[in-house]
Amino acid sequence: MIGIACALGIVTSQHMARKLFMALENEKETERRLDVEWGRLQLEQSTLIMHGRIERIAKEHLKMVVPAATEIQIISVGTKDNRRSNGN
Amino acid sequence: MITNQPPQIKLSSWRSFLLFSLLILGLISLAGRAAYLQGMHHDFLQEKGESRYSRVVEMNADRGMITDRNGQILAISSPIASVHADPKLIKVTPEQLKQLSKLLEAPSAVIEQRLNRENTRFVYLKRQVIPETAEKIMKMKIPGIDLTYESKRYYPEGEHAAHVLGFTDINDKGQEGVERGWQEILAGELGSRRVIKDNKGRIVEDIENIRLPKQGQDLILSIDRRIQYRAHEELKEAVKLNKAKAGSIVVLDAQTGEILALTNLPVYNPNNRATISNDKIRNRALIDTFEPGSTLKPFTVAVALEVGKVNSNTVMQTSPGLMHVGRKTIRDVNNKGELTVAEIIQQSSNVGTAKIALSLAPQSMWEMLNRSGFGAITHSGFPGEASGILRSYNTWRPIEQATMSYGHGISTSLMQLARAYTIFTSGGELKPVSLLKRDMPVMGQRVISRDTAMAMNYMLELATKPGGTAPLAQINGYRVAGKTGTAHKLIDGQYAKKQYISTFVGYAPASNPRLIVAVMIDEPSAGKYFGGAVAAPVFSNVMSSALHILNIPPDASANNVITFTAMPEMDDEG
Repeated sequence: MIGIACALGIVTSQHMARKLFMALENEKETERRLDVEWGRLQLEQSTLIMHGRIERIAKEHLKMVVPAATEIQIISVGTKDNRRSNGN
Repeated sequence: MITNQPPQIKLSSWRSFLLFSLLILGLISLAGRAAYLQGMHHDFLQEKGESRYSRVVEMNADRGMITDRNGQILAISSPIASVHADPKLIKVTPEQLKQLSKLLEAPSAVIEQRLNRENTRFVYLKRQVIPETAEKIMKMKIPGIDLTYESKRYYPEGEHAAHVLGFTDINDKGQEGVERGWQEILAGELGSRRVIKDNKGRIVEDIENIRLPKQGQDLILSIDRRIQYRAHEELKEAVKLNKAKAGSIVVLDAQTGEILALTNLPVYNPNNRATISNDKIRNRALIDTFEPGSTLKPFTVAVALEVGKVNSNTVMQTSPGLMHVGRKTIRDVNNKGELTVAEIIQQSSNVGTAKIALSLAPQSMWEMLNRSGFGAITHSGFPGEASGILRSYNTWRPIEQATMSYGHGISTSLMQLARAYTIFTSGGELKPVSLLKRDMPVMGQRVISRDTAMAMNYMLELATKPGGTAPLAQINGYRVAGKTGTAHKLIDGQYAKKQYISTFVGYAPASNPRLIVAVMIDEPSAGKYFGGAVAAPVFSNVMSSALHILNIPPDASANNVITFTAMPEMDDEG
């Protein structure tokens, strides 16, 4: 009797283990698929942010220009902090 | 009472005995057979049994990504299908064949011939098919046709970073550039494992890992994608404008020696193998050497300062603009008269530099050049790097020492030249270059004293000011320093009359150098060929973009650029 019960127990747990394993495999497959998709999206992103493309859109579409050096004002940050650190 | 008992039939006892012993015998033989199979053939049978349900499956491993210093992707692997067929199983109607040839973009005769190949059960119909096409082919449900997935390498930057990255072959093995130099790190290794599959082909149990897959590691380069792009665009522009044969640009971080950009022309598109040819593959900045010409003068002057022969105000007589050494004559473009050492650099006087060189011991000059990295590869890790030529000082004749002082009789790659200039930007230390991003500052090897470096810095800045050879190198808002070079090309051991190499190596901001840009234009043939006219403007454009990209604060007022006619400069040996 006990023997039979044990045998059935083994069979059941084996079956359960296999079912869980299959679920795990499915998840792994999903992981792989997502990985591939991530790679593709990365590729797409890097194509979209290509310097040449951005430059073209900025110049032609948004009519942006690189400011001449004379048009750039340099503002130094935290002059107060600087003075304090100099004092120390 | 009538008893209805069956009549007692006496059977002969031997019959039951026979039956009984036959049964026993049968049982024994069965047990024996069982014991035999279980005991003697156990392993064999176990294996046979397992093969009904256990399978070895491959475990994928991807090649690592290559990114720039800011994590932007420069090369990535993405899965792509290959269509293959089993000629023994294949059954295809003429209709399907036509459809196949359309999808695979191959003539149906070719496909048919492949499908009819004998003695094989595996032929590729086409490798690297885009996933959509592969799906369409599978939807046709032709028996014997199947897909395998492999990975294809993509280079989003296309030609802009082609020479740095190189490319891989169809089996994912690096062929050139970083892909080849770091193959071991980038490459993944396939793994395999034994599993149990059920009748529907699903994996239900993992038995063992035969070999674990090794995922390829990602590589972070020192390249800055934005500067790389700018440099390449400017180079394209310059090569076109000057009708040049080739050109290279190297951008280095002046403090860490990291390579921020490296580009050459002509170039190919790594995403399209049809554009690859031997001529276009060459990463000229690293594997081709040339005579650097005047860009070498600062090193000669630095030795003289170092040994105390001269200081920057020492006056030298360069009149009448030519000088005889042995039977050869060294010439300047014009008679420059009396020049200080600083002016010799500023105006790039061959006679002045040669005079300084001849006052020096050959050994000290050689040591200087050797320690500045000439004649030795830069160990950037790039395959096939050239070391250039720096001959031993005990073979130098006076004329050779004199010409070497202005960059003839010595050869270098553009990368070596750019690296050598780190001694002026980092207070006298030669910084090792790196194609990989550095996390920590590196110790350089001291070549000249800080004082000498400062003095050279001052002289090199003069060269970009009015009266110098390279006012076109000036940049709005920044102080720049640098040196031009114009050298006759060496062709079959002879200096070509009309073919030149124009160079400019410079750095900015001069008050605290952050970037070194080296430009080399090979055979400009649109009229101009002086380094100051051909290479210096390219330097100025690349440098100013790079300074803006990196948000480096200006160290000069915005209207510091003074336009002036460029002084011609020439490294003619005579």
